Amino acid sequence: MQTEKKLAADPYNMIITGVGGQGNVLASRLLGNMLMEQGFQITIGETFGASQRGGSVMSHLRASGRTDVSPQIPRGTAHLIVSLEPTEALRVLKDYGNDKVFVLCNMRPIHAIAVISGEVQYPETAQLQQSIGALSCKAWFVNATEAAMAMGNPIFSNVMLVGALTATNLLPLTRENFTKVIARMVPGDKVDLNLQAFDTGHDLIY
Amino acid sequence: MSYLIQGGKGERRLFMGNEAIARGALEAGISVAAGYPGTPSSEIIENLAKASKARNVYVEWSVNEKVALEVAAAASFAGQRALCVMKQNGVNVASDFLLHLAGSGTRGGLVLVPCDDPGALSSVNEGESRHFARMIEIPLLEPGNFQEAKEMIQYAFTLSEELRTLVMVRSVTRLSHASGVVTLGDLPDLQAQTRAFFKHDGFILDPMEGAVISGPVEYKHALQQERIKKAAELFEESPFNTYTGPPDPELLVITSSACNLYSLEAVRLLDAERRVGVLKMGTTWPLPARLVERHLRMADKILIVEEVLPFLEESVKILAAERAGAIGPKTFFGKREGTLPATGEMNPDRVVEGMAKALDVSYTAMPPAYAQKALEAAASGAPERDLTFCPGCPHRASFWTIHNVLKLDHRQGFVCGDIGCYSLAMRPTGFNTLSTLHSMGSGTGVASGFGMLTRFGMDQPVLAVSGDSTFFHAVLPALANAIHHRSNITLIVLDNSGTAMTGFQPHPGLSVDAAGEPVQALDIPRICKAMGANVRECDPFDLPGTQAVLLELIEARNGVNVLILKQLCALSPQKKGKKMFHMRIDENACRGDACGCNRLCTRVFKCPGLIWDPEKGVSRIDDVICAGCGVCASLCPAGAIRKEEVV
Repeated sequence: MQTEKKLAADPYNMIITGVGGQGNVLASRLLGNMLMEQGFQITIGETFGASQRGGSVMSHLRASGRTDVSPQIPRGTAHLIVSLEPTEALRVLKDYGNDKVFVLCNMRPIHAIAVISGEVQYPETAQLQQSIGALSCKAWFVNATEAAMAMGNPIFSNVMLVGALTATNLLPLTRENFTKVIARMVPGDKVDLNLQAFDTGHDLIY
Repeated sequence: MSYLIQGGKGERRLFMGNEAIARGALEAGISVAAGYPGTPSSEIIENLAKASKARNVYVEWSVNEKVALEVAAAASFAGQRALCVMKQNGVNVASDFLLHLAGSGTRGGLVLVPCDDPGALSSVNEGESRHFARMIEIPLLEPGNFQEAKEMIQYAFTLSEELRTLVMVRSVTRLSHASGVVTLGDLPDLQAQTRAFFKHDGFILDPMEGAVISGPVEYKHALQQERIKKAAELFEESPFNTYTGPPDPELLVITSSACNLYSLEAVRLLDAERRVGVLKMGTTWPLPARLVERHLRMADKILIVEEVLPFLEESVKILAAERAGAIGPKTFFGKREGTLPATGEMNPDRVVEGMAKALDVSYTAMPPAYAQKALEAAASGAPERDLTFCPGCPHRASFWTIHNVLKLDHRQGFVCGDIGCYSLAMRPTGFNTLSTLHSMGSGTGVASGFGMLTRFGMDQPVLAVSGDSTFFHAVLPALANAIHHRSNITLIVLDNSGTAMTGFQPHPGLSVDAAGEPVQALDIPRICKAMGANVRECDPFDLPGTQAVLLELIEARNGVNVLILKQLCALSPQKKGKKMFHMRIDENACRGDACGCNRLCTRVFKCPGLIWDPEKGVSRIDDVICAGCGVCASLCPAGAIRKEEVV
């Protein structure tokens, strides 16, 4: 398997993060299947269960030529972080970040209970972008939730981020790749909507 | 058709560990699968249920783990292959039958898959199922990667039939809920299915034709020990025990399960491929003595990596003591002397730290300057997320009322908690409403005991809560006990019509089974009435109505009251994504901090669908999050939260 030619590292370590209910698990499975189609061995570690109830959710996704990699990424070794919520990007950078990491971040806040109850303040957008930028080698900030709401359902933001990630050219992903995989993963009548979300996400990166 | 059964030999699939286990069971040609939902095990039965029609497998969500094992065992007695699945503490529930089953022996292959949850990611315990295998003397296998998760299940059936005993295959969260690439094998021809028939009238000691019983005990126990000896012998040649590393390592790692992947990762992180060998044990009870001895001879330093308790470590040390003369002195590193943490989940970071200690080298995961910068940014920029009930969850409304009623009653009444989503009521987002929390059904059992303490002067109202699935699982015997002894308690059944915590599996109170087929539903109110309780029913979304009824019930001290609060789970297929009400805040009516309510809706009620707008100084609905249940409209003293029915 000629993985070295296509990936910047082996294993290539990705973290997809967000808040329970944002469709994080589907996004990681989707990406995993797309990369498997491209010939890589995939290992995904997911934290869900009780975390579905408003907590932080994180999937570790690793593409490699080998099958014996850990489903949890070692500290400080992420190559790419895709975040459905900006404060979650910072939380992941704290444990898995490094100077060379790329970040793709949806900017729509989901307020933690401590913010709702008034114990702490939700950070300013500019401050979040500055912090994320300072802890990564390059960061893309997108408003996927807004675009998904325009499509009628905020859940599409996860597929939009997959589209946006494809547009960054960080990984060997293509639209055909997505089309093939999504057809297996969602009911037939939902394929077109998901393609539309993918394309919308793709256009968020320029 | 279920994607689990699409594809044949040699095809590659990205499978969750639980899907690999389910596929393995189908490739092994099971006839029956039974289990009780519990994270991280639930997807095994769920996936088998989806494939049940096409593969002619009988799949059920049983009422509890003990019955699940009994149902699976019956299939084995009738010569069929059967799988039984549960989370770690489920094995405790099944353990009485398990003990006797190990004594009686089995016929058709019978495999028990417990999925342990190290670190208690979705549990209120860090229990381990592996000790049961040693305690009741049955073979134990632990898959060390995703491919093995499938293949070990198939092997377990063969082994079970060879030894005529139950075999345990233990998984953990990071295998069950992780995914990897699995190469498929063929599914067996359905024509090969045999007729189920239970031979029971042969000679009493005939294992295949006599009655299936665990006596005469001494005779059967000796047979059990023979089987374990035979298993140890078979495991000497098992392909599931593998060694990776140089012939003369400085350090030998002995590991199993997901810790195998962490150990291999740690060796690579330390660049120690020439110094460290990893012996991955797939057959962890009984240990194959000669194989372990052979590897122990290779190095003077031994590191044992596992989770949670030092199970493998103890077994290896017993062997090392027995063969001390042959293998010489060893230095052991592991949990017992503190090289690895004794509690919590393992991960590559914890293992690399322990391995570095054993090798006396240093490892820095993150440059200190970056670590400091990232820590500071996260401390101010990433507020912790406390777990909370989902937006639209009926439990938030139920516990709001329970909490308020106990405050109004003012006798320091309390709630005995139970296991399910509603366990979250122990946290601030559930108004800290639970005062005890143990195992399934224990809320009612403990309440039954509290309710008998009146004679010793206890006059606090005693409440218990139970989910609808928990009600059938283990509350029924506790409720019978309370009613029979006239214990003064109020049991509140939080009926959201499904086993919500684990993904909305059906239970005996519902009219569909695991495979979606119609079945008889048992009616909770009628059961409680027939048992002799005083039964009331309310909709928890009706806050004033529920409050009035609950106040009345805890006032009376006349034995057992049952209050059934019925409202569908917000994540149920019928409700998910559909709002009952469109909610909005009338910004002119919300007086914000000037109101005497002290931000009741956001500071106290804490529904994630309601957020505080610090700029305008008013509450706001987060339309992305709000599920439109309408409950908050009845909280606001200023009437500023408005609901409009969605048509």
